[in-house]
Amino acid sequence: MTLSMLNLMPALPEIFVLSLACVVLLVEAFSKKPAWSYTLTQVTLVGAGVITLLTAGEAKVYAFNGMFVDDLMADVLKLVSYAAAVIAVAYSRSYLKDREMFRGEYFALVLFAVLGMMVMISASHFLTLYMGLELLSLSLYTLVALQRDSKVASEAAMKYFVLGALASGFLLYGMSILYGMTGSLHLTEVVEAIALNNTALLAFGLVFVVAGLAFKLGVAPFHMWVPDIYHGAPSAVTLFIGSAPKLAAFAIVMRLLVDGLHPAVEHWQQMLAIMAVLSLAIGNLAAIMQTNIKRMLAYSTIAHMGFLLLGILADSYAGYSAAMFYVITYAITSLGAFGMVVYLSRAGFEAENLEDFKGLNAKHPWLAAIMAMLMFSMAGLPPFVGFYAKLTVLQALIGTGWLWLAVAAVFFSLIGAFYYLRVVKTLYFDVPHASDLAPSGEGDVRALLSLNGLGVLLLGLAPQPLLALCAYAIQVSIQ
Amino acid sequence: MIEGIGILSLTIWVPIVAGLFILASGGDRSADGQRAIALVGALLGFLVAIPLWTGFDSGTAAMQFEELAEWVPMINVYYHLGVDGISMPFILLNSFTTLLVVLAGWQVIQNKVGQYMAAFLIQSGLINGVFASLDGVLFYVFFEAMLIPLYIIIGVWGGPNRVYAAIKFFLYTLLGSLMMLIALIFLFFQSGGSFEILQWHKVPIGMAAQVLLFVAFFFAFAVKVPMWPVHTWLPDAHVEAPTGGSVVLAAITLKVGAYGFLRFAMPIVPDAAHELAGLMIALSLIAVVYIGMVALVQADMKKLIAYSSIAHMGFVTLGFFIFEPLGIEGGLVQMISHGFISAALFLCIGVMYDRLHSRQIADYGGVVNSMPRFAAFFMLFAMANAGLPATSGFVGEFMVILGAVKVNFWYAFAAALTLIFGAAYTLWMYKRVVFGPVTNDKVAAMQDIDSREFLVLALLAICVLGMGLYPMPVTEVMHASVNNLLEHVAHSKLP
Repeated sequence: MTLSMLNLMPALPEIFVLSLACVVLLVEAFSKKPAWSYTLTQVTLVGAGVITLLTAGEAKVYAFNGMFVDDLMADVLKLVSYAAAVIAVAYSRSYLKDREMFRGEYFALVLFAVLGMMVMISASHFLTLYMGLELLSLSLYTLVALQRDSKVASEAAMKYFVLGALASGFLLYGMSILYGMTGSLHLTEVVEAIALNNTALLAFGLVFVVAGLAFKLGVAPFHMWVPDIYHGAPSAVTLFIGSAPKLAAFAIVMRLLVDGLHPAVEHWQQMLAIMAVLSLAIGNLAAIMQTNIKRMLAYSTIAHMGFLLLGILADSYAGYSAAMFYVITYAITSLGAFGMVVYLSRAGFEAENLEDFKGLNAKHPWLAAIMAMLMFSMAGLPPFVGFYAKLTVLQALIGTGWLWLAVAAVFFSLIGAFYYLRVVKTLYFDVPHASDLAPSGEGDVRALLSLNGLGVLLLGLAPQPLLALCAYAIQVSIQ
Repeated sequence: MIEGIGILSLTIWVPIVAGLFILASGGDRSADGQRAIALVGALLGFLVAIPLWTGFDSGTAAMQFEELAEWVPMINVYYHLGVDGISMPFILLNSFTTLLVVLAGWQVIQNKVGQYMAAFLIQSGLINGVFASLDGVLFYVFFEAMLIPLYIIIGVWGGPNRVYAAIKFFLYTLLGSLMMLIALIFLFFQSGGSFEILQWHKVPIGMAAQVLLFVAFFFAFAVKVPMWPVHTWLPDAHVEAPTGGSVVLAAITLKVGAYGFLRFAMPIVPDAAHELAGLMIALSLIAVVYIGMVALVQADMKKLIAYSSIAHMGFVTLGFFIFEPLGIEGGLVQMISHGFISAALFLCIGVMYDRLHSRQIADYGGVVNSMPRFAAFFMLFAMANAGLPATSGFVGEFMVILGAVKVNFWYAFAAALTLIFGAAYTLWMYKRVVFGPVTNDKVAAMQDIDSREFLVLALLAICVLGMGLYPMPVTEVMHASVNNLLEHVAHSKLP
């Protein structure tokens, strides 16, 4: 096959990010100014956004012999991923500087992680999917370990690596069984083969695939790594892990289960239902007991991912687009919440205990208001966007007859509301802490954080554009 | 009509914008300016609501001042506002109460004045939204969002146990509303993809589903009313809340629950409502009798009035579920009247609390000696709470009892007990606080009410007496809507 036969156009953003990630690596070697790497990273992400926007289209375009697909769902998810990465890197700037992590490798790793996500989002072949997943995971393991002299971070990185490798093993094993059954690694061919030949072996392979995915999503009962990694990683890295990779995880679930294994829907639907309820229960109940806000948010992530699964298992266009809306808005909200943790930390001080936020309203009413809005949104209260995310998922569930799941979801949301309220209580009702929080960030970070908080409100007041976009993207991308 | 923006939108957004404006105006250094903005905002909010009354056509049961705009067409959610005779008076009541609350908090609140005023103004706009919404999701958004300012109000400016009270209040009411959310989505599918409340009134629904829906609505609204046995959050919230918070809680948010029964539970699932009416009446009578007795033994004035609120609201739900025009109208009149009276009583307690920093009845005694003008007002409101004829408290109770006699003598008998209990706990408290010898030196040093407090209490006194002497204008407004509702409820919706 000659190069000209390969259609490279759909993968242009990936190629762009890859090239510039390599440049960022080189810049570090020749220049002692990490600010260059910072600027170049942001330029890369924005540039990738421009390219993706320009090449976005309704049509589903395959490339590399059908191993790579570019559709509207991929474009939307990629755009949000870039935005999330841009914001995460901006929030992290002074945090990294204070802890001597403001170096070229951080930026190169972030770019490689983003590249991994992009490949995952656009994969339509088991190998592409796995490659993207590993690129993302390996970058994240290293990012977690970036703070070399921190024991907690090293421990977290080790745990993450071991468990992540195990999960990858599961996934690979499941894929190999499916390959043995169908004789193909192409998702489009797998789906056809399964439709004709739905056997017990399929369910066997599926179990491993779902388990692997559940690991990567961080849903119960494969959630054990989440709190430790969120807690142990430097806050700036947690901020990154907690946002954009969720979009990629959503994408591979869609690609694998919905695009590739849809004929086996009755099998995976049940698995997802059990995992979703478990995640909602464990995530929400365990979060109540946390005093560390990073750990609390980690458990809340588990619960949110459970909610996300609910949307997917409803198995309707409404459900998929609700799940997509959910994951996008969750990424935005999570960015804001961890962004606040990073913003309030300064050299030698981590604002990561709930206590550290005591009485924030007295000194910094605007920051407290932003944090409160983010918490109310996570709790799913109107008029914030979290409400619409939950409403559309519940609507999809009830529309497809999963009434009991909807009731369970609502019940656990009520429990969840408690610990979000507790954060608001800490911000507003408690007497300010003796050690005064001094926000370390620069003006632009504060502005970005404000936009982040207001975005959660504005998206809640006018959810229509994003809802419509998700619905449309799902409609044209999923058969 | 001001170009494109309807009156209802104005009643919602004027207070909210004023509140946001105050928040943006800075910290406590600009407190005086913030108070002024709050007063102007509340006054404007009340003024824009007045055309609702003057321009209201009481001859029709149809929705008036309707506004309809697309909001989230993806899931068929509309920005649909409108009022009928049932909801319109509450928007006025709410806007009026907000004005009083701003005045009442003028000097008392010295800490984070801007946030306090802003929370009340935003809350006021949101509550107007609850009463004006004709779209299920829009209603839900306002219904839930109004919890947030009140949570902050109780938690920041409340008493020593405020955190517990605020979280309990929030979670209790959230439990109910989440149940309702499921019901709303279920109705969305039942009605073929519509969130229009008026559409839901017409959809036929099977009996089993009706009962489940009724239970969901019961959770949402009974907690808000609150009905026995889900009332336990109210005494805590009332006791810990600052005066303004108690006033809004008693005068307005409780009414949201009762209003929900009229707008949702009864017309959407009439068969289930008839089926379960016995249960609702029983719960209402328990509230009236048992809670009345509980009120009798309270040592804390705010708690006493809180329990008295539950008992009075029991009257309201009793009136609704006997399915008699007199009962429903009586219930509505009682809701408005209780809005005035409970607000006035909480303000009176606030006046005393500001001077003595105690709510215990035992700490007072002989207040009339040092505060004669105040004692006169307090007397009027205490009498009104006891249901003295010629005050507004009498009208509603009398109508409900009349309605109840028609249905079952014993309902009326049990309900009438409240006149005895109400008189007993209110007047006994009044006697212990206001009369008798001055045993506490601090009571002797208490200053009588100043002109600001006088203005607030006088306004309420006018309302209480006016409605007691001539309730016609209020009942006339409701008449068509109530009759229409009863006619609608009388028809089975079983498919």
